[in-house]
Amino acid sequence: MKRQELMVAAIENGTVIDHIPSNKLFQVVRLLHLEQLKSAVMVGYNLPSSKMGLKSIIKVNGKFFSDAELNTLSVVAPNVTLCIIKDYEVVEKKCVTLPQVITGIVKCANPKCITNNEPMATRFHVSDGEAGIIRCDYCEKEQPLENVKIV
Amino acid sequence: MNSKRSFVTIANLSREKIMHLIGMAQEFEKCPNRKILDNRVVATLFFEPSTRTRLSFETAANRLGARVIGFTDPKVTSSTKGETLKDTIMMVSNYADVIVMRHYLEGAARYASEVSPVPVVNAGDGANQHPSQTMLDLYSIYKTQGTLDDLDIFLVGDLKYGRTVHSLLMAMRHFNPTFHFIAPKELAMPEEYKAYCREQHIRYVEHEDFNADIIAGADILYMTRVQRERFTDLMEYERVKDVYILRASMLKQARPNMKILHPLPRVNEIAYDVDNDPHAYYFEQARNGLFARQAIICDVLGITPEDMALQQIC
Repeated sequence: MKRQELMVAAIENGTVIDHIPSNKLFQVVRLLHLEQLKSAVMVGYNLPSSKMGLKSIIKVNGKFFSDAELNTLSVVAPNVTLCIIKDYEVVEKKCVTLPQVITGIVKCANPKCITNNEPMATRFHVSDGEAGIIRCDYCEKEQPLENVKIV
Repeated sequence: MNSKRSFVTIANLSREKIMHLIGMAQEFEKCPNRKILDNRVVATLFFEPSTRTRLSFETAANRLGARVIGFTDPKVTSSTKGETLKDTIMMVSNYADVIVMRHYLEGAARYASEVSPVPVVNAGDGANQHPSQTMLDLYSIYKTQGTLDDLDIFLVGDLKYGRTVHSLLMAMRHFNPTFHFIAPKELAMPEEYKAYCREQHIRYVEHEDFNADIIAGADILYMTRVQRERFTDLMEYERVKDVYILRASMLKQARPNMKILHPLPRVNEIAYDVDNDPHAYYFEQARNGLFARQAIICDVLGITPEDMALQQIC
């Protein structure tokens, strides 16, 4: 932990998103629209992790996300750890949970689905939470979460 | 919006709803000409051609006294100029009381029903759903067997890509059927539908052989076309192409009540000598489509059997 804190500076108030698989880092950035923030965002990429081998971490200063925003992360990185920081202290730890309905986040893998051919939001229901399978509300095709593409 | 009134999929229909629609279809069969939809306009939007389905829906609308607008070829519409489906639906809903839509994209009917202020009837959306076909299949089974309960239903041919057999399987879940899946290995019933059967406690048996002994156990023999282009291994196609052809000689041991269904068009999977056999039912089945579609159009417009009784003019 000490080593990691040295590698990515601590924040005074805000949100830390830890244990992001490195290949999912930029999807997490896009899902939370971090590129639009005006506050300081620190990103650690390919940091050593005893649990994961290599991981990524994002520290967002002065920003607290809603549960709905954070739960969108479960689609690409279900095992991230979230820490809410106040006065440099962790005041709350959270896990993300997969919402039952996933709207406007995931692209349908079926090229013949209406959602890939019409300017509209996609919508999926979780058909098997344990196996991580979602079903498109429109074309009714299922796909595993591990292969999803973000819209 | 009207998504609750729309007719998009068979999968979520209750047993009561299916029986209600069958009851309405029976009434229309007794008397198909009822001016229930006088002064109403039915739009038929066919984004891909399907002559039989369109004629069936348009005949249903005409016999109900409605006027019909629409197109049979999207090349003549603004969709070739880049108009979205939503804009087409919004425009047409200004003119029509109900939209019957065929589309080449999967999920198009669901989306149309969500954006449309008027009810939408799905006349087929790509490889996804074709619920009016399933309704006419159910009506045909009910009419010939006197019930939908406890039947032995044999599905033959292309069970991998055939959406009609998948929809029928899902719709029958309320009625305690036993299915027999008869198909070559390459076109076998997909695992997801077999899993669905297990979840819903639907019994099923799989066969690769298709002969008189197997047919002897059927109440309904539902034939589909084995298409050459579905095979990755053409040697396999050559091996099986004649196995799944039904001939009159194979019907000698059939149950007296057994009927042969086929969504049509057939190519060679039912030999012509079957046409005159009393078990053949596929042409009457197509005729039942008219009554099933009259029932569907009326139901999405909120018309009850009591309203129908008032408009009997045959």
